[in-house]
Amino acid sequence: MITLSHFIVLGAILFCIAVAGLFINRKNVIVLLMAIELMLLAVNINFVAFSRFGHDVAGQVFVFFILTVAAAESAIGLAILVLLFRNRSTVNVAEIDSMKG
Amino acid sequence: MIDPNLFQLICFYAFGAVTVISALAVITLRNSVHAVLALVLTFFSTACIWMLAEAEFLAIALIVVYVGAVMVLFLFVVMMLDIDMERLREGFVRFLPVGLMVAVVMLLEMLALIGVRVMHAQTLGANPAGDSNTAWLGKALYSQYLLPFEIAALILTVGVVAAVALTLRQRVGVKRQYASQQVQVNPRDRVRVLKMAAERPVDDAPAQEVQTSQEPRP
Repeated sequence: MITLSHFIVLGAILFCIAVAGLFINRKNVIVLLMAIELMLLAVNINFVAFSRFGHDVAGQVFVFFILTVAAAESAIGLAILVLLFRNRSTVNVAEIDSMKG
Repeated sequence: MIDPNLFQLICFYAFGAVTVISALAVITLRNSVHAVLALVLTFFSTACIWMLAEAEFLAIALIVVYVGAVMVLFLFVVMMLDIDMERLREGFVRFLPVGLMVAVVMLLEMLALIGVRVMHAQTLGANPAGDSNTAWLGKALYSQYLLPFEIAALILTVGVVAAVALTLRQRVGVKRQYASQQVQVNPRDRVRVLKMAAERPVDDAPAQEVQTSQEPRP
């Protein structure tokens, strides 16, 4: 039998992989964006599992909204990335420090 | 005949293993295009897991919206930008221990928290959605959550406008054709026909040539 813990453990593992990805790929903006997508996915797995096991529709509605906002976020993020690459011809986070105090 | 519950569990482990392995591939692969493709696999196997949790609508929405639209956008951008990957990989080995340590500590903490709750392990009971997951979700979405739904539509519109406005570029110093001005031009502005005699006496000044003056185009 699948229990609630199965889903939550899977979500936790995915979230930690995403955190590790943020740390080890801290120069490449594209991989950082993908790690954020992975984090959102991990949270969504938890929401779906709680909705299913808690018999409440709110969790799945929330996943719906998270998907919407994440789609808008990645569209704008990629637009900013294209703009950045056009102006600086790099996606290296370490070189994008013109607002550094 | 295999027990349905056991089969469900085997499916969960299989999909979960694919999800975790492809997520690891996303953060470790050298080539960004391969990383995006691994992310597609992650989303797909997660959709399969949501199917096991009987969230059919969201599983299909994840594939259609995420794999179909957002990941294609990622692929477009990754392929469009000419990225020097070697420079970007410089810190990989240096930050590997820190990243692994943080991730493992976080995972252990989360697992400890989950382990506390395992005593009250819930199993997959009757489906609250009844027959149709989509109807269940749709009824809630269009009644109780109507205002957030409209706001989500607004957010998407703002996202589209912002993405286009950010990447729109007006180039300067480029010669362009203006079709409307070209069509509207009058022939008399371009060519002047001079009336002149067909023959002239020989002792006259050098023959005047037929002139067609051409003004610079607008």
